[in-house]
Amino acid sequence: MLNRLLLNHYEAAAVILSCIGLTNLLLQRNMIKKIIGLNIMDTAVYLFLAAKGYISGRTAPIYYLDANGEWVNQVQAYVNPVPAGLVLTGIVVSVSVTAFALALTLRLYEHYGTLNIDEALFLLEHKYELEYSSYNDDDELLYEFGVDNRDMIKAANEAASKSMNDKGGDEDHA
Amino acid sequence: MFEEFKNLWRRFYNWTVGNGPRPENEVIPPEPPPDLPFTRRLELKRSRFQERPLASRYNEWLERKSLHVFSMLYLGMSILTCLLFMALLLSTVAELPSFGDANNPVNNEVIKRYIERGGQETGAQNIVAGMILDYRAFDTFGESAVLFTAAISVLMLLGAVRRADTEEISIDLNNASDGILRRGPPSLNLKITTGFTPRIHMFRKNDAILRGVAVLSIPAIILLGLTVIINGHLSPGGGFSGGAILSVALMLCANAYGFEQVHAFFDEHVFIRFSSLALMIYAVLKGWSFFSGANHIESGIPTGTIGEILSGGLILPLNICVGLIVAGTLYGFYALFSEGEI
Amino acid sequence: MPNAFAFNIPFVSIFLAMLTAIITPLIPVKAGIKNINKATLPERVTCCVIALIGVLSALLLFALNADEPISFRFMMGHFPAPWGNELRAGPLEAFLALAFSISMLLSLTGNFDATAYDISERRRPAFCVLVNLLMASLLALLYTNDLFTAYVFIEINTIASCAIVAVKEGGKAVRAALRYLVLSMAGSGLILISICILYDITGHLLMEPMHNAIINIINTGNYINPLTVALYLMTVGLAVKSALYPFASWLHDAHGSATNASSSILSGLVLKGHIFLIIKIFCRIFGIDIIHLLRMDTQLLIFGLLGMIMGSVHAIGQSEAKEMVAWSSVAQVGYIFLGIGLNSNAGIAAACLHVTIHAMIKPMLFTAVGGLSAAAGHKKGLHELMGTFYANRWAGIGFMAGACSMMGIPTFAGFASKLSLTMAAFESRAIIWALAALAASSVLNA
Repeated sequence: MLNRLLLNHYEAAAVILSCIGLTNLLLQRNMIKKIIGLNIMDTAVYLFLAAKGYISGRTAPIYYLDANGEWVNQVQAYVNPVPAGLVLTGIVVSVSVTAFALALTLRLYEHYGTLNIDEALFLLEHKYELEYSSYNDDDELLYEFGVDNRDMIKAANEAASKSMNDKGGDEDHA
Repeated sequence: MFEEFKNLWRRFYNWTVGNGPRPENEVIPPEPPPDLPFTRRLELKRSRFQERPLASRYNEWLERKSLHVFSMLYLGMSILTCLLFMALLLSTVAELPSFGDANNPVNNEVIKRYIERGGQETGAQNIVAGMILDYRAFDTFGESAVLFTAAISVLMLLGAVRRADTEEISIDLNNASDGILRRGPPSLNLKITTGFTPRIHMFRKNDAILRGVAVLSIPAIILLGLTVIINGHLSPGGGFSGGAILSVALMLCANAYGFEQVHAFFDEHVFIRFSSLALMIYAVLKGWSFFSGANHIESGIPTGTIGEILSGGLILPLNICVGLIVAGTLYGFYALFSEGEI
Repeated sequence: MPNAFAFNIPFVSIFLAMLTAIITPLIPVKAGIKNINKATLPERVTCCVIALIGVLSALLLFALNADEPISFRFMMGHFPAPWGNELRAGPLEAFLALAFSISMLLSLTGNFDATAYDISERRRPAFCVLVNLLMASLLALLYTNDLFTAYVFIEINTIASCAIVAVKEGGKAVRAALRYLVLSMAGSGLILISICILYDITGHLLMEPMHNAIINIINTGNYINPLTVALYLMTVGLAVKSALYPFASWLHDAHGSATNASSSILSGLVLKGHIFLIIKIFCRIFGIDIIHLLRMDTQLLIFGLLGMIMGSVHAIGQSEAKEMVAWSSVAQVGYIFLGIGLNSNAGIAAACLHVTIHAMIKPMLFTAVGGLSAAAGHKKGLHELMGTFYANRWAGIGFMAGACSMMGIPTFAGFASKLSLTMAAFESRAIIWALAALAASSVLNA
């Protein structure tokens, strides 16, 4: 098995990279890091495809002239063109998805003041209880959750005051 | 010793997760929370432990604890899944066809026809361009549509809302509700920002070095981009890579001279019209090609002789359309993310 | 081969939806509309086009019923099967396209008020573009005969469906869309890896040549393990997107916090597009026997049963009406996967029937809940909806009918599909488990 892995070392590297990417996509709490993980995974798949298209001793699939001035169109001259096309499509898809995910992340940050989806969930549900729990004995509970307590309170207060301001603004208009 | 290791591990863990204090900031102990007056604290304690029934306290504890337990479980499961996944895929890779072998199942009659007859059938010197824009053109059409979808979505999320937040209201001073007739301008237009404040883009104005470099390099970049697009069927490159190069020229222009200068010829409306029209031309051309192919009608598109600029049938116009879409969209993403509007 | 007009319908309907999506940003929205509850011009155009697609699909269905050879292929371009892209249409595809367009049309028109309430005026043209793109991608997923085309359109589908969740104002919708996007992206990644492995061992991307190559692989015995891995990755990837139970944690959040039209479209149609792709991959690429050989059917059966039970249990625990309806989707997807997992012709036919019926009923439920909560002053909690039946009788009747149908009470549509699922279960070995779970889940639904 190790022989085969060494023979297919590009594919093995691609697979390991894609697992690293998937781990990041699932494990990271920070959205930006998740998106980086997504990109690592996609890029690893392109490496896999590019390795699959290669045939040893052949050149890139663009017709060239031989010594007699004629186009060379033998199969034996060129590598497989299909994976190149698939990689091209994949790159564009990955760019689009990354842009969309980053835009969503930006909106999330504007709404909650955090890049962490779990924390946003927490803020949503515990916005009003935080004030009570903040100066109490079970701070370490929140700390274990991986959240800096004071930042969260600040963010919650800001969110609350923002919603208050919005309402106040409406009244001003009227 | 053990405690030190534990501390070190905790710092490392916090650093990798990115949530905890950074190592360089950690030397200064964080300030203790401001001490509340004793009566207030007592009040809080009472509200927390006495005034509420046991059930609600239990519920609260359960909610917090369950979230915590859930997140730990999630972490463990994810690590386990990823390790399993890696082992699975590695064992799969070991059984896949060997690298670089000409006898693999991939090298079959499909690529034989692409390579041997691609030149006559599509007229493109670049076999990959011929394949993605003629043999498998539906995929590539879908790919442009993905980019269009993302552009519309990002514009919707970042662009349109900001506009909606700025409301223009007009107050008619002559007909004010108190009934007193006033002199002066009859009405007053106010622009009020009700939502989020727009991000301020920090760039140095009148940066002589940046402008000098931009003057020199923007024409070169545009020429390079156009070359890559127009030679897409003859050499490596094509609409996507050329469009990306063109968008760099726009970004450089925006950074050197300010986004206002770019607004003079490229704003949101131009962007939408531009990409819609380009994609529409693409769809109509390719749609005719699909339609004629399926119904066995002569499409009337000349393929030309291989190796010339005007060859390759629809590939050249399609590359130009795609290049325009990509240039606009990538610059649009940049402007939306850095400036908040195109 | 049907007549020349019907022959072009799959291609025409995909391109019609796509062209409408492309043109919609160019349609002027009348500036400063006074009556915001009225439909804008892009919305009207969208509805007309979707209705037109429905009519075309009905014509195609009619033409296919009249002629003897039941399915045909449509070359996308001048090159035949292993070289160029292809579409393939049969009565089932035509029927599902008809059902999807009717369901889409009704969930758009039925929710105009809620759409106008939830979505700001500036975002409504973009919403129309996204709906059109979703329609185009769903039709392409229905008709395509090429695996990589399917992948590209899955991505369009993913971005557009996340965007129509995020189109609603407010942080909750953005957060739900982000959760949905992350899991969908993991699913897409798995699908892409699986397509690469399949391409590597078969050398084809179109379905029929790939099927022949896979039969060859099974006969010769080379590359069986990569084939199995590819099948599992593909199924897991698509199951994440179609909310099979253990991967369904995103569903209640996304469907519960989106606007009503989006929830209806997502729950009724987007899930079904991916499920139909799974059915297509099982039947056309692998074939039922090979699926059974690789033991995929048993796994799906187990997860389907789990989904049926757990979806209903979660649905009971919800306090918000929309979230409850969303969790019940998970249970219904479990039924569909049960049908696929039975892995017989009858089972898959029952699954297709349930796909259609659920595509009709779930939008109705969401619309009815939307109507009820609008009558209660846009509140969401279940107890706050109490007594709203008298304020909006049609929504109340619709909700009752939908709920009865979900339970499978005779004379309602859900009964037919549950009956056929049961009949399919009688023919298989897993009968006891399937029947027990069907009974339990029906009771829980009630």
